[in-house]
Amino acid sequence: MLKITDLNKRYGNGELVLRGLNLEIDGAGLTAIVGSSGAGKSTLLRCINRLIEPTSGSIVVNGVDITTLKGKPLRHARRSIGMIFQGFNLVDRLSVMENVLSGRLGYVNGLQALTRRFPQADVDRAFALLDRVGLQDYVNKRADTLSGGQRQRVGVVRALMQEPKILLADEPTASLDPKTSQQIMALTRELSDELALPVLVNIHNVHQARTFADRVLGMRYGVMMFDGSGAELTDDVLDDIYEGTAGRGDEEQGEADDGWRAEAASS
Amino acid sequence: MSAPRTWRKPAAIANPVLRYGLFVVVFAYVYWAVASLPINWERVAQGLPRAVRIFSNAWPPEFARRSLMISGFTESIQMAIIATLLGVAISIPVAIMAARNISPMPVYSLGRAIIIIARSFHPVIVAIIFVKAVGFGALAGILTLTLYSLGFVGKLLAEAVEEIDQGQVEAIRASGAGFFKILVYAVFPQILPRQVGLSIYQLDSNLRASAVVGVVGAGGIGGTLMNAFRRFDYDFAFAILIVLIAIILVSEGVSGRLRRGLS
Amino acid sequence: MTRGATPERYEWQRYTLPQRLGRFFAYLLAVTVVVWAVRTLDIFWPWVWSAPNEIADMFNRMSPPDLRRGDEILRAMIETIHIATIATFLSLFLALPTAYIAAQNTTPNTFTLWLGRFILVATRSVNTIIWALLFVAIFGPGVMAGILAIAFRSIGFTGKLIAEAIEEIDRKPIEAITAAGGDKGKIVIFGIIPQVLPTFLAVTILRWDINIRESTVLGLVGAGGIGLILQGAIDTFQWRTASTILIAILVVVVLGEVVSGALRKRVL
Repeated sequence: MLKITDLNKRYGNGELVLRGLNLEIDGAGLTAIVGSSGAGKSTLLRCINRLIEPTSGSIVVNGVDITTLKGKPLRHARRSIGMIFQGFNLVDRLSVMENVLSGRLGYVNGLQALTRRFPQADVDRAFALLDRVGLQDYVNKRADTLSGGQRQRVGVVRALMQEPKILLADEPTASLDPKTSQQIMALTRELSDELALPVLVNIHNVHQARTFADRVLGMRYGVMMFDGSGAELTDDVLDDIYEGTAGRGDEEQGEADDGWRAEAASS
Repeated sequence: MSAPRTWRKPAAIANPVLRYGLFVVVFAYVYWAVASLPINWERVAQGLPRAVRIFSNAWPPEFARRSLMISGFTESIQMAIIATLLGVAISIPVAIMAARNISPMPVYSLGRAIIIIARSFHPVIVAIIFVKAVGFGALAGILTLTLYSLGFVGKLLAEAVEEIDQGQVEAIRASGAGFFKILVYAVFPQILPRQVGLSIYQLDSNLRASAVVGVVGAGGIGGTLMNAFRRFDYDFAFAILIVLIAIILVSEGVSGRLRRGLS
Repeated sequence: MTRGATPERYEWQRYTLPQRLGRFFAYLLAVTVVVWAVRTLDIFWPWVWSAPNEIADMFNRMSPPDLRRGDEILRAMIETIHIATIATFLSLFLALPTAYIAAQNTTPNTFTLWLGRFILVATRSVNTIIWALLFVAIFGPGVMAGILAIAFRSIGFTGKLIAEAIEEIDRKPIEAITAAGGDKGKIVIFGIIPQVLPTFLAVTILRWDINIRESTVLGLVGAGGIGLILQGAIDTFQWRTASTILIAILVVVVLGEVVSGALRKRVL
């Protein structure tokens, strides 16, 4: 389903943030990526849907090497990759329904988008998903009137509206309180099972990784150095993954943040 | 399974009568306005060829009468400087008057009235009146721009005064200070940054306006420009416009940088 | 602790020495500029001293307002409002695309960025009256010149503020729409327009308010509206008619401000 081969990413003239990374995801299940800030987790995820340009390497999603695409084919390919974000990334002034329907923007034309007249099938799917996550009473409420947990649920529904073949989640719970964080991870896990959808989650909280993930990947300085089940993720292994990266990680995270923000802005 | 739920984006104006009524009103207005405006369409059609002729006459811009331009621009700049100073100076007491948290009702009303009157009339109209009152030349222009500054700076400064932290006023008053001391210690320090920013902005604004009041004889480059148009000296007019835009650009850049540096 | 030691005297200065020097030179510069401005200005000082008298005299001559030409004045005021409204409306069609290309984050390439910025700066720096002079020369005296003059000036004003609003939008929704496969058009419709809409409406309403004021003087260069009648009254020394006109202008401008203020509050 997802096959990454020898992925490298360098920001400007700096060091490589991703070094020859290899990853394969076959079939459904929730895969968690752990690692300290600056290990390259965010960069990796954003390379998969090319919000960030890889420096070299290949990323094959659903049989298509996404690094070779441009323009319309790229946008079509992105449709099958859903993403949820740490900052929710909703359009604050629009209603929940409009935010949710914006997941279909890769499928409808400009006029439909302008007049908000989406196909009835989309509207049905939207209502069904909103019911599923418990937001049926918020359909026409403005997105910025919702709580953090509610907003992330809208984000999840939006991603699922794309009918994606894989779901990427970039620290989806980092901005939420522990209880809500747990709820969102549980919801993601349930949906992954219900829809047989592979999910790739960046996560800081190791405990949640162990609880919800079938498979855990440990990243450190741009390479995968652990690939196993939650049970195999012992404290020794964790020490290796996070070793000596505590202070350094923040600097790299800062650089990486600036790097991909600058790139995203120019794309 | 129940009937499929449809969804349409809720209209910005919920009441359908109000919504369609608004459309009708807007449409009717546009129709009425365009119909009642005395537009001479023949003359308009002649416009395009005339425009071509004018623009070809305007190029290349004529800088030969430099001294005329320089004296005109110098006068405009001087007018702007003096008017800004005077206007800002007067606007401080007026702004204090027009602040509801400082002044009693009658004083407040008077202050607000002064500001409204100063703002409602376009500087050109004010210039015409001053020209009739004190004669042609820069004096009328300075008076006009002073009033213009008073209206703009006065209004914004009054708003700034109304937004100050009352706690500071309270504290100074509690120490037994009289009205003026309260002003100096509690009010002015809070509005000073805004005041400086506004003054710089107003200088820039006055520079622009000073070019215009000359059109009715109140001094500055406006008169020179007006004459150029009257005499069909489009190349000279173009030269003046180029220099004018350049000066305004420079002034805007400088004032923007100054204001950013201060904040 | 030694006995008999005297406490140090503390001095307090509001500004340090470098600061004081800096302030001194700043004042010096300001005073020099002002003195230059006043001295080299060609002012006939006797007129300055008589100015208050002249102004008071003028006020006397202007009251009480003469209402005999009220009808004509009313019609001209309505025409003035029409000019302002139509011109503001017209300017939007040019201001919006210009703002789009003048915003760093939405402009297609560097050329369009500079083109957009140039248009905005040029239309802003040239005052409405000067535009009116130009358009009267091209299209002849009349309402058309006035509408175009106000429309062009408005492009720069509204365009600049809208471009700034576009540059300040939150990038996160844009990222999400891109990730979902949306093209530039969808990004504009769902990502940019909702964020920019309140500012756009507020700026337009504000400009309409300013344009009402601007259109009162178009007549002075022959571009329609109440200015013509005002000029006529002043030229023929009909001060009391003139003051009626001024009062009419005042009323309309104040009403315009009230309306626009209320609308803007509802929008933001």
